Amino acid sequence: MKKNGLKAWLYLLPALIFLGVFMVYPIIDVVIYSVEQGFSFTSQTAHGIGFYNFRYVLSDPYFIQALKNTFILVAVTVPVSTGLALLISLGLSSIKRLKELFQTIYFLPYVTNTLAVGLVFMILFDKTEYTDGLVNAFIKLFGGGAVDFIDGPYWAKMTVLCLYTVWIVLPFKILILTSALASVKKDYYNAARVDGTSKFRMFTHITLPMISPMLFYLIITGFIGAFKAYSDSVALFGTDLDKAGMNTIVGYVYNMLYGDSGGYPSYASAAALILFAIVLSITVINLIVRSRLAFKGGGGNA
Amino acid sequence: MRDKKDLRKKRNGTGGKVVTYILLSVWAGIVLLPFYWMIINSFKPTPEYNAETTPSFFVYAPTLENYIKAFTDVPLARYFLNTIIFTLVTTALMVIVIILAAFAFARLSFRGKNILFVAFLSLMMIPTELVIITNFVTITDLNLRNTYLGLILPSVTSVFYIYLLKENFEMVPDEVYKAAKVDGTSDIKFLFKIMVPMCRPTIVTVIILKVIECWNSYVWPRLITDRQEYYLLSNGIQEIRESGFGRENIPAMMAAVVVISVPLIVLFLIFHRKIMEGVSRGGTKG
Repeated sequence: MKKNGLKAWLYLLPALIFLGVFMVYPIIDVVIYSVEQGFSFTSQTAHGIGFYNFRYVLSDPYFIQALKNTFILVAVTVPVSTGLALLISLGLSSIKRLKELFQTIYFLPYVTNTLAVGLVFMILFDKTEYTDGLVNAFIKLFGGGAVDFIDGPYWAKMTVLCLYTVWIVLPFKILILTSALASVKKDYYNAARVDGTSKFRMFTHITLPMISPMLFYLIITGFIGAFKAYSDSVALFGTDLDKAGMNTIVGYVYNMLYGDSGGYPSYASAAALILFAIVLSITVINLIVRSRLAFKGGGGNA
Repeated sequence: MRDKKDLRKKRNGTGGKVVTYILLSVWAGIVLLPFYWMIINSFKPTPEYNAETTPSFFVYAPTLENYIKAFTDVPLARYFLNTIIFTLVTTALMVIVIILAAFAFARLSFRGKNILFVAFLSLMMIPTELVIITNFVTITDLNLRNTYLGLILPSVTSVFYIYLLKENFEMVPDEVYKAAKVDGTSDIKFLFKIMVPMCRPTIVTVIILKVIECWNSYVWPRLITDRQEYYLLSNGIQEIRESGFGRENIPAMMAAVVVISVPLIVLFLIFHRKIMEGVSRGGTKG
């Protein structure tokens, strides 16, 4: 038995080393960084311990902008993408012919490179001296005026970012919801149909409760994913997100760490910890809401 | 009377179906539009593209010039090579590391196993963004910036995949393990000759997810490489966007985008069932 124990540790050794060096140590380190005041990369010294870094970050206009952008992005894309995914999945599960073709097409964005396709989105929405771009051509077709979505007003840029984010995150949600819908037992519907239940009642009383665990899972992962948005924005607006006014919290962390504005691991750590705190609280709130609802509505199959 | 009612019901049903199909097709169109757009524009001669005041859905004089440009004006082939090396090595190392760890958790008994496993699980909550700061410093201190090693090392373990695989390993009946023990099969041989083949679907799932993740990774490579020789495709495309082709050459950019997107899309079209099944079991993106 003892020998077995030693062997087990040997099997675990590679994982333990990698996790130790690249996960456990960094978690401790990031907390230390965040409370060290005036840490300098070059001299590797700090003078004092305290919450100055957090105060600095929270009063940095770039961080406030990033925070605002991220919250708007979350508030728009999580409900929109979840709702749209639910509608599409309901549509998908009500048809037989061409179902697999649609499913395959819908999944395509999942396997694409965010940066590369973002460039295409930029072209579609961009307005240059030569051309208004395809989207503006459509807008003009319906009598609207051309808008510069990439270098123009804030709301226009935010619209593109939200649209692109929804486009990117939908495949996963559609996939999960379609399989959740497929797992609802047909007997329930048949029984309800015999009772003459309306379609809408069937949806709210059978379908929704049955898929609610998966919906909650998607909402939680959706929140987490949207709070960590970054590369979508880079893809659309380039690496200098502060200048474009479209930075996100994660982008702020990287800007503090690296590049022309970088060299401040303490500020980066403080911002990263703030992000972690936000994500954690949202997750906890979601779980509380979920358990409340599960008690009320009787759960379903996980 | 009854007939009439049934008939109306049926008509309503088909009407609903038609609407459903139309809406589904509209969404399919939205999904496909960017792909169509990158392909069509990658074949347009640059002057033709620049002369379009209203973008055109068709190409009148298709040319391959943009593709040649994509490979000659920027080191796209090099980015490809780097991405392939990065993806293959990272995935291979990770699979070995997680198989060993999952086996230890699933089959071997040792002191502190439960506590360690809980500790592992709690690591799942930690977002990459939190640890990336120190990892950046670590890799810089080890002088591993602009090396393959620096790119690869931080992503060769995944707690989530260890968990996924452990669950699967535990489904292999104890009897199989005991029988192998009686036959005098060593643990390591049992693991790779019996366990791994039995759990192939899960391992394939993990490989697929990891390959997609590696192929599209952007943030870590951007932090760790600032020399073009070590750029991955994502960083390459950003570089192209910001300075390649003289910025205005959209068709050449689109050619590069097509070249970057094609490998995964082809892979997906071949294995789409497997990949979608895999993602629904273990994917988290979004």
